[in-house]
Amino acid sequence: METPEQIKPRLEAAVPGAKIDVLPNDCPAGERSLLVDPAHVLAVAKFLRDDPQLRLDFCSNVTGVDWPDIVVKSKFKKTVVVDGVESEIEETIETLRSGYLECVYHLYSMELKHGPVVLRQRTVNRDHEAPAVSLTPVWRGCEFQEREVYDLYGIRLEGHPDLRRILMWDGFKGFPMRKDYVPPDDFEYEPTPHDEVLEQAKKHYPPEVKA
Amino acid sequence: MPPKNYEILPKTSETGEPIGELLEISMGPHHPSTHGVFRMDLVLDGETVVKLKPVFGYLHRNHEKIAENISYLGSMPYTDRLDYFCSMTNNWAYALTVEKLAGLPVPERAEYIRVIMAELTRLQNHTCLIGFFVQDMGALGTPLMYAFREREKILDLFESVSGARMMCNYMRFGGVRCDVTPDWLAQAKQLVDGYGKFLDEFEALFTENEILLARTQGVGVLPRELVVSASITGPMLRAAGVNYDVRKVDKYGIYGRFDFKVPLGEHGDIYDRYMVRVLEMRESLKILQQALRDIPSGPVMDPKAKLRGFRPKAGEAYGRIEAPKGELGFYLISDGSPNPFRYRVRPPSFINLTVLEDMCLGHRISDTVVILGSVDIVLGEVDR
Amino acid sequence: MTNSSTLQHSNTPTLHSAVDEGLRSELQKQGVYTTTLEELYNWGRANSVWPLTFGLACCAIEMIAASMSRFDLARFGAEVFRPSPRQADLMIVAGTVTKKMAPLVVRLYNQMPEPKYVIAMGACAISGGPFKQGYNVLKGIDRYLPVDVSIPGCPPRPEALIHAIMTLQEKILNQKLTGPDRPRHLNADAPGEFPVPAYGEHDLEPPSNPDVWQPPAIKR
Repeated sequence: METPEQIKPRLEAAVPGAKIDVLPNDCPAGERSLLVDPAHVLAVAKFLRDDPQLRLDFCSNVTGVDWPDIVVKSKFKKTVVVDGVESEIEETIETLRSGYLECVYHLYSMELKHGPVVLRQRTVNRDHEAPAVSLTPVWRGCEFQEREVYDLYGIRLEGHPDLRRILMWDGFKGFPMRKDYVPPDDFEYEPTPHDEVLEQAKKHYPPEVKA
Repeated sequence: MPPKNYEILPKTSETGEPIGELLEISMGPHHPSTHGVFRMDLVLDGETVVKLKPVFGYLHRNHEKIAENISYLGSMPYTDRLDYFCSMTNNWAYALTVEKLAGLPVPERAEYIRVIMAELTRLQNHTCLIGFFVQDMGALGTPLMYAFREREKILDLFESVSGARMMCNYMRFGGVRCDVTPDWLAQAKQLVDGYGKFLDEFEALFTENEILLARTQGVGVLPRELVVSASITGPMLRAAGVNYDVRKVDKYGIYGRFDFKVPLGEHGDIYDRYMVRVLEMRESLKILQQALRDIPSGPVMDPKAKLRGFRPKAGEAYGRIEAPKGELGFYLISDGSPNPFRYRVRPPSFINLTVLEDMCLGHRISDTVVILGSVDIVLGEVDR
Repeated sequence: MTNSSTLQHSNTPTLHSAVDEGLRSELQKQGVYTTTLEELYNWGRANSVWPLTFGLACCAIEMIAASMSRFDLARFGAEVFRPSPRQADLMIVAGTVTKKMAPLVVRLYNQMPEPKYVIAMGACAISGGPFKQGYNVLKGIDRYLPVDVSIPGCPPRPEALIHAIMTLQEKILNQKLTGPDRPRHLNADAPGEFPVPAYGEHDLEPPSNPDVWQPPAIKR
């Protein structure tokens, strides 16, 4: 089984113009993933499926991930000259990384019995129905899972044959698996409210209603 | 193979007249044969199915969202309630993924106990499935009574070791919660030794039964190319003749040590799916006999494993096992906090329903019930 | 022939009869059985409760197990599971009621003929249970339907379901057929149907039926 680093140059040769990055994974599992730009992901997927050395004919898992805006703190050292003496100081720079949504595909090969290769694509931002590209034309097993990604994350997957809500009802507003989704406030009394529940309890039972 | 039949059928003919022969019915979510709150929107031409759309979500209880807001260990009891027939294998799949994410070792004895629990789960799941599936064909009551009689025996074993009949919550990251006693192992051995006889009895009832043959052979056929492309896993995949069993491919746990075969079908019809399950149970018995014979003594929990304040390093992992219904996978992304950043379940029975329409088209409405039964779904896992 | 009341085990449904117990047992020794119309009517109803074949989630499996060979619900006259709501008197809400499912549960209840009863089986049906924080989980079926018996547990054991059926039998046996507490089917003013909630943009509308359920008053 080739590593993502070995697959990357072959992919770049086979799909001209594709922007491919290998994302690191520092945990013991060590499954690094291939990040492909949405414009070329369909061609990349077809290559991964049909290439005789890879033959990734089995798309096991499809899921969405929501990465909200976060402030990334990066430290770096720089040398400054203070009063003619060179000294090293550490500076922290805070940069705002704007959020995006991600589709993750775990690919295996049933024919050659290897895997997984992790394929990712990212949307530009976290807009309502941000677009990405559906891989259902390549692996049919993505069909329901991509509908679920649309339903819960609100990624509009272009090229999906039947993109509708799957778990929530039609007419539901919002995408519940996003990190900033606010669930409906149907709070009920609990004997020992605490934390968030206590805050909600205060809203529902104002302090003057003391029995 | 391209997906088919997405176009909504025309309600009017080309000249604008309404087509009267087609009947649109909604089967479920409350229907005695839909195995839970599952709904199928069917379009019928007479009794023949011309279109079928599954509708999900009636048991969508937000497992993934809840798991992202509680600790890693806190999700373990929730995994029991995914596929509520097979809590042990769900526990294992989740524990396996977290162990992969954090690089935890598992003691030898715990690995054996996990195999024993998983194979017992497979036995009871397949037994009950066959009971339900024969009930769908009209054999009300009796086969299910036999199946549940055997299931209760296995549940007694689970209860005596974990304290609960169905929701075992037994596995932990780096082992299992408590050790089994020698007495328990002797009881399990007795059950395993007697199970073959029960299977013979079960098979005598069904395998060459005239009605079962007539209702299942050549019905719901899945071609080999379609099953692979549609990510079908488990007995449905192997009934179509594809040799892919995660126990053999990944050799997770200690499955590499056991001598067992992977039963394969040839035609990909319902009868092959039934037969593959029966043969799989016989192979499970073989694994159980070897595991119960070879189980070593020792600790059942890795002494360094931390249950409280467990914070794996940032990263991600995808772990999978061969659950009775197919490939059950968990995908976890850690950001170094006590809660998973992303927690995803890859539910086998949900994905196996992708081809439900392809299997049912052209068959009678009464066959859709049997076809759905042969897929082996549990709604807790389909909708999560 | 012995007095039936002395045979009663402490767990069997007890009947608080209108007839004097001493007189009744004295007459029974003579071979004369006395009863009231109310008792006879309730005795017949209590021992042939037909539940609806209606499983929602995990608890449904325990409900099936209760009707199978080991636990044998048939001993209580409640094994005739009916797939159609038109033929059932008891709805066992066995499992998590999601917001997508709740309108259908209410509609099924409306389709059942009176007299009808509801057992909320398991923590989810009572309050949302372990899934209470979920955005799609109804926090208890009692928000829309009048519940007669609640069974705690996740899932409750089959024995617990049997106990719930016996509790329901006790309730039926002691119902008065006249007066202000008479059952709903004999009271023309009591509602037999309950409004079915509609799917809203985020939640069900209305989120609860105020005639059936009010949030509990807090005591500090």
